[in-house]
Amino acid sequence: MLQKISWRRKNLQKAVFFSFSSSAFLNGILLIIIVFFLLSNGIEAISWEFLSQPPTDSMTKGGIFPCIVGTFLLCAVTIITALPIGVASAIYLNEYAIKGKLIRIIRMGINNLAGVPSIVFGLFGLAFFCIVLKMGVSIIAGGLTLAIMTLPVIIASSEEALKSVPDTYRQASLAMGATKWQTIYKIVLPAAFPGIITGAILGLSRAAGETAPIMYTGAVFFSPVLPESPFDAVMALPYHIYVLATAGTNIEETLPLQYGTAIVLIALVFGMNLIAIILRSRIRKKMKI
Amino acid sequence: MEPKIKMCTRKLDFFYDTFQALCDISLDFHEYKSTALIGPSGCGKSTYLKCLNRMNELIPKTKITGDVKLNDDIIYSSDVDVVSLRRKVGMVFQKPNPFPKTIFDNVAYGPIINGEKNKSKLTEIVEKSLKQAAIWDEVKDRLNNNALELSGGQQQRLCIARALAVNPEVLLMDEPASALDPIATQKIEELINELKKKLTIIIVTHNMQQAARVSDRTAFFYMGKLIEVNDTDTLFTNPALKQTEDYITGRFG
Repeated sequence: MLQKISWRRKNLQKAVFFSFSSSAFLNGILLIIIVFFLLSNGIEAISWEFLSQPPTDSMTKGGIFPCIVGTFLLCAVTIITALPIGVASAIYLNEYAIKGKLIRIIRMGINNLAGVPSIVFGLFGLAFFCIVLKMGVSIIAGGLTLAIMTLPVIIASSEEALKSVPDTYRQASLAMGATKWQTIYKIVLPAAFPGIITGAILGLSRAAGETAPIMYTGAVFFSPVLPESPFDAVMALPYHIYVLATAGTNIEETLPLQYGTAIVLIALVFGMNLIAIILRSRIRKKMKI
Repeated sequence: MEPKIKMCTRKLDFFYDTFQALCDISLDFHEYKSTALIGPSGCGKSTYLKCLNRMNELIPKTKITGDVKLNDDIIYSSDVDVVSLRRKVGMVFQKPNPFPKTIFDNVAYGPIINGEKNKSKLTEIVEKSLKQAAIWDEVKDRLNNNALELSGGQQQRLCIARALAVNPEVLLMDEPASALDPIATQKIEELINELKKKLTIIIVTHNMQQAARVSDRTAFFYMGKLIEVNDTDTLFTNPALKQTEDYITGRFG
C-alpha cells in the first residue's frame, strides 16, 4: 500500500509554494501601484499642449516638448555610439579572444564598469567630455556619458546572445570554407541579432531615465529653444522632473507637471521595452530559433 | 589498374594537450570510392576525420604531426589557405546543422562566400545541388521556407546539398545518419552510393551494416591506432587480425 503524504509535508509544500508565488506577484503588484499612483496624480496634466509646447511662466505652466526632444536626442547619440562599440567588444570577447589573463582583466573591467554609480559617470563626463574634449554641456557629451554607462549592459547581453548561437552553425560555416569573419558576419550575428537588439534597447531605456549622468554633461535647467547642433545643451525628461521637484519656482503648484512628466518618461521606457519584445519575437519567428 | 589516391595520411599523430588521440596513422583514400572508418567510441575516428579538413584546428591546445595530402598538396603546409582546402574537402556533421535561413540561402551560402553574385547562376547551383542530394522534389516548392521546418532526415540531405554546392572533391561524413530514423538513414545511404560516382567519400560510422552497405573500403580504428584496412568485403568476411574479427562480430565495442 502506498503511504499517504504526511500532513506536515503537504502544508510545508503549500507554505513554500505560496511564499515563492507571492514574491513573484509582488513585482507585478509594485509596478501596478507605481503606474496607478503616477496616473492618478498626473493624468490631468497630460494634454496635447503638454506634449507639444515648451514650459512657460518659469516652468509652472506649459508643456515638456523640449524635454521629450532632448531625451530622444540623447538616446540617439547613446545608441549610435554604444551599440557598435558594445557589439564589437562582445564579438571580440566571445569569438576571437583566446581565454587568458588579459581577457579576465577586460571582463572584470566591464563588470566593474556596470557597478559604477551613475553620478560618477556624470562627473567623469563633465571632466572628460565637457572640459578636456571641450564639448561643453551638450547633447554629444551627455549622450556619450550615457553610452559609457550603457556599454556594459550591451556587451553583456550581446555576449549572451552570441554564446547562445549553437557552435554547430560556426562549424558548418567554417567547414564550407567560410572565413572566420564571414562566419561571424553572415551566420553568427544574424542568429544573435534578436538578443543583441533586445539587450541594446533595454540598456537604452535604462539610460533614457537616468538623471545623474546628464545633469552636468548634457541637460540644462531650462532652454526655451530646441537645440540646433549636437553641441547645444537640451532639456531632458528625468532631469526636468528632478528640477521641478527640487529647485522649481513653485514646487507645490507644479506637482501635476512633475507627475505628468514622469508618466511620459515611463511611457517612453515601456514603449522601448515593448518594441524590444516585439522585434525579438518577430525575428525569432522568422528564424525559428 | 591501380586506383588513384585522392587523399592520404602518413605517420599522422594527434594530441589533445598531452593525450595522444591518434598514433602513427598512414591511410590512403581512393578516388571515386567511399571509405568507411569504423571502431568503438573514442577510438579516434572522428578526430581523424577532422584532421582531413583541418577542423581539428578549431580545438585549442591540440598538436598534429605527420603528413596529410590532398592530391599532391600537403594540407598542413604553412602556405596552404585553409579556406581553399575546406572548399575542396567538404564536411557533413553528425547532427543536421542547417543555418536558420531559408532552404535556398542554406545551399547558396557556399557559392556566395566564394564570390558568386549572379542570381540565375546561384539558382542553377542550388537546384543542381538539391537534386544531387536527392531532396529537390521534396523542397522545390518551398525554397524560401526556413530550413529548420524540414524533418531531421531532410535537414541532413539539405546539409549534404549545402556541402555539394561548392563542388568539393572529397566529402567527409561524420556519422551522418546516426541521428536519423531508419527510413531517413536508408535515403542517406542510397545517396552516398550515388555520390561516390562523382567524388571521394570518407564516412565515419558506428554502424557496421552501414559500413558494409555504403563503403568500398573499410578502415578499423582502435585506441587511436589504425588496426586494419582493406576492401570492405574482405575486411568483413575475412579479417586478417583477431582484433578486427572480434569487433565486427560484436564481441566488444
